[in-house]
Amino acid sequence: MRKIKEFIIEKLILLCGIASIFFVVLIFLFLLKEGLAVFKTVSPFHFLCGKNWYPISEPAQLGILPLILGSLLVTFGAAIISVPIGVACAVYIAEIAPVKIKEALKSGIELLAAIPSVVLGFIGMVTLVPWVKNVFNLPTGLTALSGSIMLAFMAMPTIVSIAEDALYSIPKTYKEGALALGATQWQAIWRVMLPAASSGILAAVMLGIGRVIGETMAVMMITGNAAVIPQSILAPVRTLTATIAAEMGEAVVGSEHYFALFAIGIVLFIISFAINVTADLALHRRQE
Amino acid sequence: MRNSHRVQNIAFFFLFLATLLIVVPVGLIIVIIIQKGLPAISWQFLSDIPRQGMRSGGIFPAIVGTIYLVLGAIIFALPVGLLAAIYLSEYAKDNLLTRMIKLAIVNLAGVPSVVYGLFGLALFVVFFKFGVSVLSGSLTLGIMILPIIITTSREALESVPHSFREVSLSLGASKWQTIRHIVLPNAIPGILTGTILGLGRAAGETAPILFTVAAFYLPQLPKSIFEQAMALPYHLYVISTQVPNVDEKVRYGTALVLLTLVLLMNLLAIIIRYQFRKKKRW
Repeated sequence: MRKIKEFIIEKLILLCGIASIFFVVLIFLFLLKEGLAVFKTVSPFHFLCGKNWYPISEPAQLGILPLILGSLLVTFGAAIISVPIGVACAVYIAEIAPVKIKEALKSGIELLAAIPSVVLGFIGMVTLVPWVKNVFNLPTGLTALSGSIMLAFMAMPTIVSIAEDALYSIPKTYKEGALALGATQWQAIWRVMLPAASSGILAAVMLGIGRVIGETMAVMMITGNAAVIPQSILAPVRTLTATIAAEMGEAVVGSEHYFALFAIGIVLFIISFAINVTADLALHRRQE
Repeated sequence: MRNSHRVQNIAFFFLFLATLLIVVPVGLIIVIIIQKGLPAISWQFLSDIPRQGMRSGGIFPAIVGTIYLVLGAIIFALPVGLLAAIYLSEYAKDNLLTRMIKLAIVNLAGVPSVVYGLFGLALFVVFFKFGVSVLSGSLTLGIMILPIIITTSREALESVPHSFREVSLSLGASKWQTIRHIVLPNAIPGILTGTILGLGRAAGETAPILFTVAAFYLPQLPKSIFEQAMALPYHLYVISTQVPNVDEKVRYGTALVLLTLVLLMNLLAIIIRYQFRKKKRW
């Protein structure tokens, strides 16, 4: 009797262990199931490279190039801001800050990670957007730049905490060796610690970028949502995620528009999958 | 020598500056929301339904809706996540399957939140015909927070010393008995921390509930899990962007309530972790 109970429980545990794989596959399958239908009306090439996104005109034009470029522009801007600042902050926390300040800083950054995206979007709308509008003398502050700045903040907690982990896990002897040879602390950090932690830092950057590409509410609220090919970082853009979030409410289930939004979901899923696998490989290499 | 120390000072100064650049805005955001949101908070704001096209009245249905959703998500995610964590920490061998599970967890954590929304719409709303409902939203959020629960629970289980298990097994207890009576009780604080972090995450997410549960305006509470509900994050989005001329006070008030809810949960998780470390018996 007890053996049977034990057997059932162990199988149940195995089942839950496999559940994550099951869910990832399930997500992908359901995106495919709903999204592939769009390719009956538009070829994959025209879908990815078409310059016009007019999903409800007659006939519908379903080119997501402006959305891809919008996402890339915002992500690129966010990466330029968040990567140097994030890595610098990680170095400060891991190597320089006194223990008490270190704990306070870590909690502060955890706090930033916990603020809901919609709250950051709202704060961006009332503070950052008017500021961008005034500084650059624009008709509207809802631009790719505003989105990049806000998203940089959302990527920061990921970058800082993972890069800090990477630096922390480098054996102490590396640094001690450098110091014993007469290097200053900074030289030891710059020439020894950072190169040694490079694959972990790369993973941190990748995961931060993944967070930015997938971010939805804040970008939808502050980037202006214009589905045109962006001409500059000071123009309104529309991202892949924001398009889904803004339009799915109005799309009729089973319509071309509905299928197209799921196809955008497939694109996003593949991008995030690629980023996560790469980051995981980078992290794995470090451990070996 | 002198020169290299000057370089060091300059470098350290910039590193410090970078840190300030992150920490100061976080502080500012929180201070601004508290300062401008606090005047809006009153018993009436917290306990009344929205009135005059959401320009006045309260946010009670949104608060309750959020609590329903979060509880629904945890009822689903905790058992599955905990058992998955037990599998990974107690049973899994270092083989391809384990590697794939770990990769799947990393990917679940990385899937964009709006894609969870699409998935919830396709699977729960349309395929299972649950409709746009509390049930669909809870299940979607549940799958989304699964990686957080698995990762933190696994850490908690793995931090229980091996000798505890060995002693129990040597006394003739079975593997499951050992896990059930020795490992789990010792890991509870860590599991609790992860669960609360998951709750906080679920409470703040908007994109996954957009098409699976959120109602634009619903002046009453949902009567069953098959009905739509209002939720705080979606409500904040709606009054910030969709409804014109909402008093700024109402928006800041809503943001403050949402932020308080989420940060309180995080604070609770931190306190539990701290207490646990202090009382650690090994």
